Amino acid sequence: MNVQNLARLETRTLPRHLRRLEAESIEIMREVVAEFKKPVMLYSVGKDSSVMLHLAVKAFYPAKLPFPLMHIDTTWKFREMITFRDETARRIGIDLIVHVNKDGIARGINPIDSGSALHTQVMKTDALKQALEIYGFDAAFGGARRDEEKSRAKERIFSFRAAGHAWDPRNQRPELWNLFNTRIRQRETMRVFAMSNWTELDIWEYIMLENIPVVPLYFAKQRRVVHRNGTLVMMDDERLPLRPNETPELRTIRFRTLGCYPLSGAIESEATTIEDIVAEMRLTKVSERQGRIIDTDEAASMEKKKREGYF
Amino acid sequence: MDTDAAGCLGEAVSKDQLRFITCGSVDDGKSTLIGRLLHDSKMIYEDQLRALARDSAKHGTTGEDIDFALLVDGLEAEREQRITIDVAYRFFTTPRRSFMVGDTPGHEQYTRNMATGASNAQLAIILIDARKGILVQTKRHSFICSLLGIRHVLLAVNKIDLVDYRRDVFDGIVRDYVAFASALGFKSIVPFPISARYGDNIIYRSGNTDWYHGQSLLDCLETIDIQSETTDLPFRFPVQWVNRPNLDFRGYAGTIASGSIAVGDEIIVAASGRSSRVKRIVTYDGDLAAAEAGDAVTIMLENEIDVSRGDVLAGPTQRPTVADQFAAHLIWMDEEPMVQGRSYAFRIGTQSIASGNVTRIKYKIDVNTGEPPLAATTLGLNEFGFCHVATTLPVSFDPYHVNRRTGSFIVIDRYTNRTVGAGMIDFPLRRASNVAWQPLTIGKQERAGLKQQKPCIIWFTGLSGAGKSTIANIVDQKLFAMSHHTMLLDGDNLRHGLNGDLGFTDADRIENIRRAGEVAKLMLDSGLMVICSFISPYMTERDLVRKLVGKREFVEVFVDTPIDECVRRDPKGLYSRAKSGKIENFTGIGAPFEAPRAPEVHLKTLGQPPEQLADQVLDALAAREIISLT
Ligand SMILES: Nc1nc2c(ncn2[C@@H]2O[C@H](COP(=O)(O)OP(=O)(O)OP(=O)(O)O)[C@@H](O)[C@H]2O)c(=O)[nH]1
Ligand SMILES: [Mg+2]
Repeated sequence: MNVQNLARLETRTLPRHLRRLEAESIEIMREVVAEFKKPVMLYSVGKDSSVMLHLAVKAFYPAKLPFPLMHIDTTWKFREMITFRDETARRIGIDLIVHVNKDGIARGINPIDSGSALHTQVMKTDALKQALEIYGFDAAFGGARRDEEKSRAKERIFSFRAAGHAWDPRNQRPELWNLFNTRIRQRETMRVFAMSNWTELDIWEYIMLENIPVVPLYFAKQRRVVHRNGTLVMMDDERLPLRPNETPELRTIRFRTLGCYPLSGAIESEATTIEDIVAEMRLTKVSERQGRIIDTDEAASMEKKKREGYF
Repeated sequence: MDTDAAGCLGEAVSKDQLRFITCGSVDDGKSTLIGRLLHDSKMIYEDQLRALARDSAKHGTTGEDIDFALLVDGLEAEREQRITIDVAYRFFTTPRRSFMVGDTPGHEQYTRNMATGASNAQLAIILIDARKGILVQTKRHSFICSLLGIRHVLLAVNKIDLVDYRRDVFDGIVRDYVAFASALGFKSIVPFPISARYGDNIIYRSGNTDWYHGQSLLDCLETIDIQSETTDLPFRFPVQWVNRPNLDFRGYAGTIASGSIAVGDEIIVAASGRSSRVKRIVTYDGDLAAAEAGDAVTIMLENEIDVSRGDVLAGPTQRPTVADQFAAHLIWMDEEPMVQGRSYAFRIGTQSIASGNVTRIKYKIDVNTGEPPLAATTLGLNEFGFCHVATTLPVSFDPYHVNRRTGSFIVIDRYTNRTVGAGMIDFPLRRASNVAWQPLTIGKQERAGLKQQKPCIIWFTGLSGAGKSTIANIVDQKLFAMSHHTMLLDGDNLRHGLNGDLGFTDADRIENIRRAGEVAKLMLDSGLMVICSFISPYMTERDLVRKLVGKREFVEVFVDTPIDECVRRDPKGLYSRAKSGKIENFTGIGAPFEAPRAPEVHLKTLGQPPEQLADQVLDALAAREIISLT
């Protein structure tokens, strides 16, 4: 930690709205631990997961995290994400479960030949359902935010899932005050979005003020990319075949959101520090999900995926 | 770059968040207004705008123009039907404030979703269509806002473009509304003439309404003074979770609901009255000297007193009420109506109450007309009532109008686990400290010991004519012959005396079983084997009786005879009378029978002589070691 960071820590004053969001998330996390038998935190390695993990450490301090982290690995994540994930688990000293849908691998499902929709269905949604059932988790924290997408804006903080994990938007439990209905029966589960009320800007401001480590891919650097379908796709390893007329080039880019590398669009940017990112965020004219190739597959696709059990 | 960031944060340190909702009647323009606010405060990105233009062409209600409502109506069903169904939470921020807005549905059938949105709001924008004026839903939503404790209202007279921006229309609506709302206890009502569709008076004052000299809607949202009421109230700390990582650390984790606390302060545990002092206020960022409402902290006490999840810590002088009966306003949120006397689960703060019930609906409130109170024994979906509630354990609370965090509760169906109601406590009916159990020196064990038997309740349930009484009688005779002290309680017989005042409505059936259960329990306590024969159609009530007594003492016998067979037998001629409409609410015809999921004994009666069925019951009693057959 350099001197400048230290100084910032000592004078830590969060703006009031961030303090409120922080306290609200902590309250939700404690509620889950008090009420459920076997919770798990879904850790996707992105910025929201970084904040979620940081909040969890605060919520249960000085105790250790009373639940494991779980990463649903599609085997197509950026290499830097995997390195960061393992470092983080070591640094905080927590149990990390990594789950891969072996069946999907055996069937040869991948984002390039199978298409993003099938890949997401098998390697993310199905994998998640599998893992929840194998380990018998009854509640799963997710880092999704309501400002990400319009069907998420409609979802409860405690999102009840019947035995097949499906979200039923027409039949959500009313959620009043801070009184959460945590009752479920056997085989039913709860998805818990402790950061529902955060915005992307809140996340970055909080990361800056709290000095939270994030994957380096969020910072601008020269990286090898190709232009594809109107986005910049990074050549993270040798598995991405070049199409005719495509030539890789070095560009100074970064990511606003991270997922499977062939499905994550990069943005051109000069932002190399968190301060730069916050400044860029305030000026940007496009949304965070712009770069995600999976959402635009079809109209209302997020709602559809959630009905099938996606996060 | 560093200075830049420091600059934007410097201004932000005092920045707070305002949570509000939009409400009002169907199509008054709530979603459009939010879409407009998001758009004009530059919260909508270019790619989202392009998607919106595509959507507007497909689903829009605005012809060639962009339909801003589609920014918030995010569910497929909403876009297809062009209405709002569930609350959407959206966010926007200006240099002065950050906002979280809940867009609530105007349709009456989705009132519960509107109440959900209102429960966490500090302010409401109530929209009125300038062409239509105050409608039934306007009144309904205003009432709900008031009941849920919202004290600030922005009255947005919308679609002012469609009445040629006329001042007299605006003034008339404002006058009507202020007159109507005078009884609702709002602290402020600020009116605005707006057009959500065209943006008049939303971000900037509009040239189309030069007669209007007030603020723009956004100006008002940014500057309105919503005092944080909670810090000035007495200290309340609902314990959420006991943090005990090792033997040297025992802390109580929770969020301060109201007031403030400092190291060294004396506290009491509301339910037990035990007291201690605050030793440390622990957070990850270091210990605090003091903390206040809204802070999520971990409190350590000086001495080890008994504290667990659900306890409320408070100051020694201004304590919360502790009671097991209270009066409350209730909104019902489930298709299945609330019935007086039925057992439900409750959540009050961090307290989970496994069982309680509404003992009386004092009256139902007609929120549409404001007509005088109506008598009622049930509350249907979206109905409001003023009720008496009894819980099996005492709860700690404050009146809702004083403290929203410690005076609110939700009601949960114990079987479906749905959230079926929400309540706001008004006052206690009986303080828990007044009721004490009269201790008995000679107990159930002693009394049963004298009779050389194990006391139990054998509960027969099934349709009318299923054969309950016949089988119960034979069981009674056989037990008697084995020198057991028994007693038989029969539904029909009890209705002549103890339950002579009860009919066959849901509420009366529930009360019927409650009384029968209590009587059976008294007999059980006197050491008897009690045989009960009641249709008892509802799972909830049978389980209530089960809960009254010990685990191994309740034996449920399901006399399972298909309805067709009961109708064929019709020993008392009741089915034919029910079918011809002479008897209302007859189980199996006009009223439901909920079969037990896991009865101790399941008797399939078709083709079986009653004698053998009775033996099956005795076998089951023997298997449970209640009797011995040798
Ligand atoms: N001319 C005009 N039309 C408006 C204005 N505000 C809303 N509208 C139109 O009124 C219709 C209903 O608007 P919505 O925003 O969907 O209404 P709502 O109140 O959200 O409706 P529910 O949520 O279903 O109760 C749409 O066609 C809007 O374009 C306005 O200020 N002027
Ligand atoms: Mg609407």
